[in-house]
Amino acid sequence: MKLFGRKRNTAGTAGTANGSPTADNGTPTNGAPSGGSTITGRHVQGNGANGKQHPTIDRSGLKRGVAEVPISVAGWLDERTGASPAMRVFLYRKVPKGVSWWQTLGSATMFAFVSQAVTGVFLAMYYIPSSTEAYESTVYLTNEVFAGQLVRGMHRWGASVMVILIFLHMARTFFFGAYKYPREINWIIGVVLLVLTLAMGLTGYLLPFDQRSYWATIVAVNINASAPILGPYLADFLRGGAEFGATTIPRFYAIHMLLVPGLIAALIGAHLYLVAKLGITAPPWLKAEKSRALSREEI
Amino acid sequence: MASLKDTDKQKRSPYTVDRGVPGGFEGETVTRRRLFEGGALAVGGLASAAFGLPALGFALGPLFSDPSPRRLRDVGAEAEFNDQTYIPRVITIAPDSGEAGKTTIYVRKRSQQDTDRLDQPYIVISTRCAHLGCPVRHVQASERFICPCHGGIYDRYGKVAGGPPVRPLDRFETVVQGGRVLVGDRFSLNSKLERFSTRDPSNHVDGLWQYIYPPRPTT
Repeated sequence: MKLFGRKRNTAGTAGTANGSPTADNGTPTNGAPSGGSTITGRHVQGNGANGKQHPTIDRSGLKRGVAEVPISVAGWLDERTGASPAMRVFLYRKVPKGVSWWQTLGSATMFAFVSQAVTGVFLAMYYIPSSTEAYESTVYLTNEVFAGQLVRGMHRWGASVMVILIFLHMARTFFFGAYKYPREINWIIGVVLLVLTLAMGLTGYLLPFDQRSYWATIVAVNINASAPILGPYLADFLRGGAEFGATTIPRFYAIHMLLVPGLIAALIGAHLYLVAKLGITAPPWLKAEKSRALSREEI
Repeated sequence: MASLKDTDKQKRSPYTVDRGVPGGFEGETVTRRRLFEGGALAVGGLASAAFGLPALGFALGPLFSDPSPRRLRDVGAEAEFNDQTYIPRVITIAPDSGEAGKTTIYVRKRSQQDTDRLDQPYIVISTRCAHLGCPVRHVQASERFICPCHGGIYDRYGKVAGGPPVRPLDRFETVVQGGRVLVGDRFSLNSKLERFSTRDPSNHVDGLWQYIYPPRPTT
């Protein structure tokens, strides 16, 4: 009886997500007909003692029991992970007045990244990172593989979309002054993410290995080589030697699909954590609404 | 004030007993907690280095080794070339990478007009533009090498005649053996056609600029 009651209460806590403790040890607290919750229905069925008071609930007991499964699963998980309070903190944050579509550009960029990651995984199933087979495998996955053109097209155009979105997101942050105290670290993380996104564009551009890829990458690597002192070494690192050769494509491929995406994913996590922690900046045209009493209180 | 100084002195004592650390004993200078902290950090650092350093060396190794052995490539008989026009040939500069490892070169016999002191029987011009590495082509009518990417122009000796390139076109070593022209490794030149080790495109080899682009172990 005791155990049974606890189970119900756990589910109830998760389902209503109010965090307040319900009554312990199977005491039917919400037995009133107006309550009508699934928890009460199951409870009544199991308890038996209260069944006489609510005979109508018994008929749909099974149906409601099935409906309760997701809730009890969520409750089971929540009890063991504490995910629900964390999600509540993250999703039900307070946002300032005047928040508009401009504030969705960051999420849009992240969606573009997720889209790139997913399509990239499927492209990797057919792509061969070798300077003798890269072009042929690209042609094969584009023209022969079912929906290959679509998936490659999404990855290719999605790359441009992501770059455009990340710049728009940065412009919004800049013009709204959202980089100022206390959000400087988030701005810096964002700049690193911008550079990494451009690095993705650079390394991904080589991979189809047609004439344009090849010569564009030659030029890009030599631009890197033009940096003083370290430039020639950087170019050697990117090429895997003094000449653009057999090691270059695998190198770019590893950077493109393992190194940089991992860094981006980790930094997006840090970026989002700081957004949730510091909150969203109010638009600059909004004046603070203060009553005189509040102002006096603050002083 | 005097008592404060006393406590300061006590704190600075090397012995844990003097500092009043719980569990400290006579003659002990480092607490067990601190010793284990340091030990755990050292072991962790060692473990990280054990996989980190080899991986780093794996990635950076090509910067410090020249994997391609010095080799000569036969580009044809001496009779195929003259001292007036450049004849194009294709050689492999990066093995095992298919078409991408090949490059075009222009071959011409050394003539009286060549005033450089490079001691090469043949002038073999690399088509890698000294600006950013695009492929230049030779235009016979104007006797110029022209780059399609950013408009670099070179004269018939490979010297910069216009556009953004920072130094003349690279050349290849040449040897004549048994009536055959053999092409060796690439080398770079400054504006006086003096020989340098191979540099990347965009790297200056003249004046003070040359010191911010050091020679690399790979070339």
